[in-house]
Parts: sequence; C-alpha cells; structure tokens
Amino acid sequence: MRFTRTLALAALGAAVGLTGLVGPAAAQNEQFIPALVYRTGPYAPNGAPFANGFVDYINMINERDGGVNGVKLVVEECETGYATDRGVECFDRLKGKGPTGAAFIHPLSTGITFALIEKAPTDKIPVMSVGYGRSEAADGRIFPWVFPLLGTYWSAADILVHHLANTLGGYDKLKGKKITLVFHDSPYGKEPIPILQELAKRHGYVFEALPVTAPGVEQKATWLQIRQGRPDYVFLWGWGVMNSTSIKEAAAVNFPRNRMYGVWWSGAEPDVVPAEAGANGYNSLALHATGTSYGVVRDVLKHLYDKGKGAAKREEVGQVLYNRGLVSVALGIEGIRVAQERFGKKPLTGEQVRWGIENLNLTPERINQMGFEGLLAPLKVSCLDHEGGSRARIQQWDGKGWKFISDWITADDKLLRPFVETAAAKYAQEKSIAARDCSKPG
Amino acid sequence: MLYREAGQFKTSYAADQAVFPILQDRLALALVLVVAFFAVPLLSTDYLLTSILIPFLILSLAAIGLNILVGYCGQISLGTGGLMAVGAYAAYNFAIRVPGLDLLVCFVLAGLTAAAVGMFFGVPSLRIKGFYLAVATLAAQFFLDWSFSRIRWFTNYTPSGSLAAPPLEILGFRITTPSGRYLLTLAIVVVMAALAKNLTRGRIGRSWMAIRDMDIAAEIIGIRPLQAKLSAFAVSSFFVGVAGALWAFVHLGSWEPAAFDINRSFSLLFMVIIGGLGSILGCFLGAGFILVVPLVLNQLPTAFGIPLSTAMISNLENMIFGSLIIFFLITEPRGLARLWAIAKEKLRLWPFPH
Repeated sequence: MRFTRTLALAALGAAVGLTGLVGPAAAQNEQFIPALVYRTGPYAPNGAPFANGFVDYINMINERDGGVNGVKLVVEECETGYATDRGVECFDRLKGKGPTGAAFIHPLSTGITFALIEKAPTDKIPVMSVGYGRSEAADGRIFPWVFPLLGTYWSAADILVHHLANTLGGYDKLKGKKITLVFHDSPYGKEPIPILQELAKRHGYVFEALPVTAPGVEQKATWLQIRQGRPDYVFLWGWGVMNSTSIKEAAAVNFPRNRMYGVWWSGAEPDVVPAEAGANGYNSLALHATGTSYGVVRDVLKHLYDKGKGAAKREEVGQVLYNRGLVSVALGIEGIRVAQERFGKKPLTGEQVRWGIENLNLTPERINQMGFEGLLAPLKVSCLDHEGGSRARIQQWDGKGWKFISDWITADDKLLRPFVETAAAKYAQEKSIAARDCSKPG
Repeated sequence: MLYREAGQFKTSYAADQAVFPILQDRLALALVLVVAFFAVPLLSTDYLLTSILIPFLILSLAAIGLNILVGYCGQISLGTGGLMAVGAYAAYNFAIRVPGLDLLVCFVLAGLTAAAVGMFFGVPSLRIKGFYLAVATLAAQFFLDWSFSRIRWFTNYTPSGSLAAPPLEILGFRITTPSGRYLLTLAIVVVMAALAKNLTRGRIGRSWMAIRDMDIAAEIIGIRPLQAKLSAFAVSSFFVGVAGALWAFVHLGSWEPAAFDINRSFSLLFMVIIGGLGSILGCFLGAGFILVVPLVLNQLPTAFGIPLSTAMISNLENMIFGSLIIFFLITEPRGLARLWAIAKEKLRLWPFPH
C-alpha cells in the first residue's frame, strides 16, 4: 500500500507539473519585456540591485506615463543564478509571451549573452548586452541582432589605459610601467586581454594577466604573485564576491588601492563596502552616475517608493548597480519608442524593436527629457556601430560614496575598430554568415 | 492485468533471451518511439523541445555512459563533465579544422577521442578502487577543465575562450528548427541506447558486472580485469563524449568550459544514482527527474498566480528538490528504475497478489 501511495503522489506531481507548463493568457495592448535576473547564488549581491533597478524603471514608466505611448509594459522575471543553461531555458520560456513576444532580452551574463547571440537570429529578438558581452558584436553588419551598448570590454580596457596616460602626462610615460590584470576566469574576464596586450606593444608597458577561478573567494596565491611582481597598476575584472575579496587581499598585501582600477562591473557598493576602510581610494570605471539627484531616479522614488511599490529598499535606490539596471532597460524602452514612431503606437515584435534600437539617437536634449541629465553620456547607434560610442568616467571610493576623478573619456575607435572587424569577420567565416550592407535602408 | 502474460509462450531460446520478453513491453516501447518520433515534433511547443526534451535526451545519453562505468562495472567516476568537454571540444576542432567533414562523423570522432582520453584516465582503476578512484577521476575533471580554458589551440585562439558551434549540417541538410534538432538528438540517442542495452546483456557486459560484483572472483573465473575495466572506461567515455558534442552543438550552440564543470559531473552522478544503478531505463528516469523537476518547481507558483518573489521561488525550488531527492532515496535506494520494476511485478500478479 505504501508503494501505491508513492505512485499516486508521483502521478499527482506529474499532473501538476504539466499544468505548470501552460501559461496564463495575455491581454492585448501590452509590450512584454523579459527580465533574466539572479537574486540567488554567489552573484546575488550584485544581481539583485540590478534587477530591482530594471523592474522599477518599467513600473515607473507604467505609473507615470501609463506605458510607452499608451502601450503598457509587462515584465516577468526569471531566475538564472548566472548559469548559462538556466539562462537559455529562461529565454525560451519567456520569448513568446505577451501579444507580440519579447521586445528585447538583457542576458545579464557574458556566458548567457554568447549563447543567446546564437539564438537571436532565429528567434528574432534583439539581445541587449549593455556594458558587457561579446566585444566584436559592435560590428552590426555581422551581428544585426546584438547591441553591446554604452561600451564593450575592449573599450573599457582602452579607456583605462588612456586614463593612466592622462594622469601620468602622456602615453610615452607608460613605457616600462607594469600593469597586472586580475581577471575572473571566464569569457567575461578574458575579453580585455587582447586589447591590453596590443596596447602593451604600442606603449611599451609590461602586461601580465592573472586568472582567478570562479566565484573568486580564493585569491591568496594571486595576490602573493602581485606582492612579488610589484606591478605599478592592477586592473580588476571581477564580478560578485570576487571583487570585494580582491580589494581585501590588496589591503592585506598592502598594494595601494589608489593604483587599482576596476572595470564598471567591479565598482559597485557590494564590492567596496565589505572591505571597509581597506577600500578607500579604490578606483573603477563608471558608465553612468550614482545617486538619487537625477530626474529619473526622483521619478522612481515619487511614483513607486512613495506609494510603497518599489522593488528594492528605499536606501538602495541610486546605488551603482541599481542605476545600471535603470539605464540598461531605459535604453531598450527608448528603442521601443523609436520603433513606435515608424511602426505605429501598438505592441511591437522583436524585429521591429531591433530597428528601433539600431536607430537610437540619444542627443543631450533627449537625455534631458528622459531625466538622465548628468547620469548618462549621449549615444548614437547605427548599422555599422552597435556600441553607440563608448564613454566612461573614472570614479573613486572615499569610504562613503563614489566621486568622479576624471571627465568622460572616449574609447579610441581608430584603435578598436580594426580589432572588432577582424574578430567579427572571423566569426562570420566560422558560421558562414554574409555581412549586411549598411548603405541600404533596413 | 496490464501485464498478464497468459498466452505468451516462449517456444525458442531466441524468444526466451529477447531484450523485452513481455509483449506489453514491446508494444509500449513501440508506442513511445512512435510518439517521440512523430507526435512530439508536430505537437509540442518550441519551449518544450529546446528547453526540456533536447537537454533531457542528451543528459540521458551521458547518464547511460556514466551508468556503464558506475552501474555496470562498479568503477566510480567524477570526471564525466570533463569527458563531455573532451567530446565537445574534439567535435569543434574536427569540424573547423577538417573542412567538409560531416558533423555525424565529427560526433563519432569526438566520441572516439573521449574514449581514448577516458581510457587514459581509467588506468589508475587497475590499482585503486572506491573513494580513491573517485579522487583520481576528480583529478581528470580538473585537469580537463584547466586545459580547455588554458590551452588556446583547443579554442582556436578565440580571445574570450568561448566557442560558437558551426552550423548544424548533417548529410547535406542544414538543421535550424527546434524539431529538426530534436529529431537528430532523438535518433542518435535511440541508436546508442539500443547499443548500450545490448552491450550490457552480452559477454562484455557480463564481464563488467562480474568485476563489479567481486573482482577477485571474476579474475578467478577467467575475466581479465585490465580488459574489462578499460573497455568499460572506453565505452562509457564514448557515450559521454558524444553526449558532450551534442550538448555543445545541438543544445547550447555556444559554450565555455564552465558548461562542463564539476557540477555537471555531480548532477550526472545524481541522475545515475537516483535513476537506478545498472539500468538503462533508470538513466532516462534519472535525467528526467534531475532536469525537469526543478524547472517545474520554478514555474509552479507563477502558473498558479501565487505572488512570490523570484528569489523566494528559486530558494523554494532548491529546498523542495533537495527534499525530494532524500525522499526518493529513502523510499527506494535502488532508484526510480527499481520502483518501476516493483510496480511491474505487482501488476503482473494483480488482482491476486500473494
């Protein structure tokens, strides 16, 4: 009898499982936006604020404007835990929801981005990897569906070296200096290496790259090497718990924190706060500004948090990754707005939204209207350039908050473009893809 | 009642030795195959095909490979993820370095490469057993992981170390649709599962089981441990290697070494243990359990409209899934396949149990 009961339970489980696969029906005048998030697992401290900013911006647009030109935005989260296979599953689960399917997808992990780049052309959903992902995807002729907006890791590497040259007083002063890259041992961490190597050849600095195995809580050996090698500068390409561990280890081996520079994913509050005073003077790249003194953040506070509808805690609003979530999804929604001007003010397909993102032109006036003044630099996307021009500032942690210590630095397109085109051409050849002709209107 | 065998007479040795001696089993299997080959591609959604059925089939194949080693030959291994990676990277390198090679040939070559690597790492099994062997195979896992992220030739010098599979072209056809990829996987898995089932029933399989049950006794009755153990490692690695190639080419399309990390080895070992050691059916049941149950648990609250935060759902998923594993292992330590076998026994006697 005990066995029969087990079997009955199993059958019940299977039946319940099958109903779970059938989703509820969707209403009509809605634009669906999937959100791949990670609120659990080793990267949760960084994933959660991003996800909150992402969702809050969408809800704020609905509350303040009633959607985009009357089309209500609907968002659904799916937990990936930063795992590539779960991310792909989430994408497949969410891509067809809403009356027109997903408008765009933010994969939020380099591994998932790489996997979705392969799926985007068949599913016809634009992949927006804002400030991460595959660097050569900036070539929109080979990667029509991928938008590494704001900046790729190759741009980030170039901007960091540019900043060092600025502070030293010229590129010739870099000669003989030693730069060590401490990187997350994954495609994410490896992306900047070719550019840093190339720049080392041009400007004569010594370059060394030290991998840290994910998730990065064990770095004693790495920092022992740094203590012995005595580099002049350390670049940090970490994510999640790896960042705070690196800063703590730097403090332990007494490597000056003001000569450490993180990428924009290594410069948020969860990275520096655990290291306490040890983090003072640590620098990182910043794609956008922090804080709540911007129009859009004030709107979020007014329309959501004053009514108790916010996703985060009120004091977390305005943090680096929270604002990154706001900015990232805002770029996609702006793409929807552009596409609506051409295709009509109704729910759009991923294909139509792709056109909108490709024709995105954020002028300073438009940025003011959106309430992003001072938060974001202008950007213009085109068929050739899917990055939209890469600009970033350097920020420094002073124990309480981030302060900018440089003005906007623009990545050197003349240096990077040949790299992008060579790598994209190699990809096109491996996958036998023909490049798009950008002179034709698309 | 369903399994009443009255009237089924076995009049020849061949009938007595058949893979499925009971008529109902043969009918059920034929029905499953017909549904899987014809009804499923026509009726199911892309989500079901790409996110559930394709990974389920590929992981079942890998579990069959591991089960040959662990369940049939008794050699415990924690290097399955690494061997899947060998299959994936070998298939990639054959595909891009040898122009015009058909992908099916690439998959077979990938399996053979994995078999060679698996045999190499199986050599310590001639001297060590049990936990010690597990640790030795764990070393294989880490070594393979390390080489695929460090030796840049394997990844064709891509800057990030992440690879994209070349387009799926089999016998001149380019496969792009989910149902096409599903049918390709299904065909390969069915052929290889039939192969495994027959291998384990024959002379080689019996020598593996003899080694598993008591190696000294097996040696005394004339089974050579060297050949038996190494052939188990080779065959097992072949299956795992093909599964790895399929995982990379058909399922992911783009991958990095993390896709084949130690967690993959563990989850495959769990599939084999929960599904049932020494059972081909168990591999499918185990793979289904480990892969599908978390996905279902993750979607249940949303489907029923229960407002829970994403983090809460995800934590609940882990908790419930963990308790289910414990529950099943306590109810039947010999796995889901054994549960099915018990059910079959009871059904054969029903309604007159004794």
